[in-house]
Amino acid sequence: MLKGRDIVSISDLSIEEIERIFEVARKMVPVARGEMKNENLRGHILANLFFEPSTRTRLSFETAMLRLGGSILDFSNPSATSIAKGETLADTVRMVDSYSDVIVIRHPYEGAARLAAEFAENPVINAGDGAGQHPTQTLLDMFTMVEEVGRINGLNIALIGDLKYGRTAHSLAIALDRMGAKIHLVSPPTLTMPTHILRRMNQKPAVHEKLEDIVDLADVFYVTRIQKERFPDPTEYIRVAGSYKITGKVVEKMKDSAIIMHPLPRVDEISPEVDNMPQARYFKQAFYGIPIRMALLSLVLGVE
Amino acid sequence: MDEQVLKVQKIKNGIVIDHIPCGLALKVLKILGIEGDIGSTVTMAMHVRSKMGWKDVVKIEDRYLDDREIDKIALIAPTATVNVIRNYQVIKKHHVNVPEKIKGIVRCINPKCITNQNEPVEPEFYLVSKNPLVIRCKYCEREMNAQEIANNII
Repeated sequence: MLKGRDIVSISDLSIEEIERIFEVARKMVPVARGEMKNENLRGHILANLFFEPSTRTRLSFETAMLRLGGSILDFSNPSATSIAKGETLADTVRMVDSYSDVIVIRHPYEGAARLAAEFAENPVINAGDGAGQHPTQTLLDMFTMVEEVGRINGLNIALIGDLKYGRTAHSLAIALDRMGAKIHLVSPPTLTMPTHILRRMNQKPAVHEKLEDIVDLADVFYVTRIQKERFPDPTEYIRVAGSYKITGKVVEKMKDSAIIMHPLPRVDEISPEVDNMPQARYFKQAFYGIPIRMALLSLVLGVE
Repeated sequence: MDEQVLKVQKIKNGIVIDHIPCGLALKVLKILGIEGDIGSTVTMAMHVRSKMGWKDVVKIEDRYLDDREIDKIALIAPTATVNVIRNYQVIKKHHVNVPEKIKGIVRCINPKCITNQNEPVEPEFYLVSKNPLVIRCKYCEREMNAQEIANNII
């Protein structure tokens, strides 16, 4: 059902397609761990077109492709290629398309992946375009919830931190709402979710200013980074960021079954002491990026 | 026809854009690229009484509009009607309608949108809501409201 498809925005995928991706990803987990061999993508070439540095996303696509026996063409240093000479993205994409079977693109400009998908014959997977979409992150976040809690429908999910500029929170909120979750938004008043995102949600999310308001209610705590640059006054930043910090004391008030997620890298939103508590799932979440990307590559290339 | 409208002379051939929201007649002319010596007579009435309140009216002689131009009007004046006049008679009446897809008419307001970077694509938008008017960029997914649309007509 996804053969030949571009994965540009999470909104392009139906709920059935998302569930299909999860189903394939689940089968990929032992392969991603190296416990099982699967060489389904042998003979296929993935072109990594990274116009912006991103170690973890780029490496996770590479790992996913290598685990399935495929090969990688790396265009991750655009300054060394013709882009520096002023070539358009459209031309670069057409060239790379003819060298490979699937393109993974990260670009600083919003909408770049949609444009790439229009010019490429082969599938294009968006690995983040500026402040725009990052659908594989959204998929791995949702997959983590399904695997670690068992479902999404009916869960109380708290999105915490910078909800204004954080693109991860935007597409995640829209997708989780579609999957039937109850969303709680927890952010400082200056960093609330933009109205154009709220407008795209069917169910009105609950808005909280304080973490304490939902600490004993939420099933999932999705923590994002509050950036220093958003605050003109550094003392104000320390005060605000501190009030959203997940410490051991905060975790003790959570339900035993609750899970804590973070798209990483974290700075100090989650204290290191939380890492060994049973609710911590952020490293597992990062691992789930591999089976999700393996599933996507297999599905768009039509080899499952 | 309303008495007030008759303050502006009837035209023999051309188009009458009626029911423009009050104050937007000049914007409509801008969208149509009508400025300077265009070789035909343009008459305009602003703040004219109509059955539904106040409106602006624009009459352009010896000029007809294609669909693309009509779509452009709909984006800033969704209530407008375009009457085609031949030999003093209205031979056709279009109700302008905001199209579901808007291509090559509006520039995306997002400076970081890929369509603003010299790529070989025309900006394209989907209609999100007619009232209030909201469109969404096909590429960067940024939404634009009526005021932003009016300021970014290509």
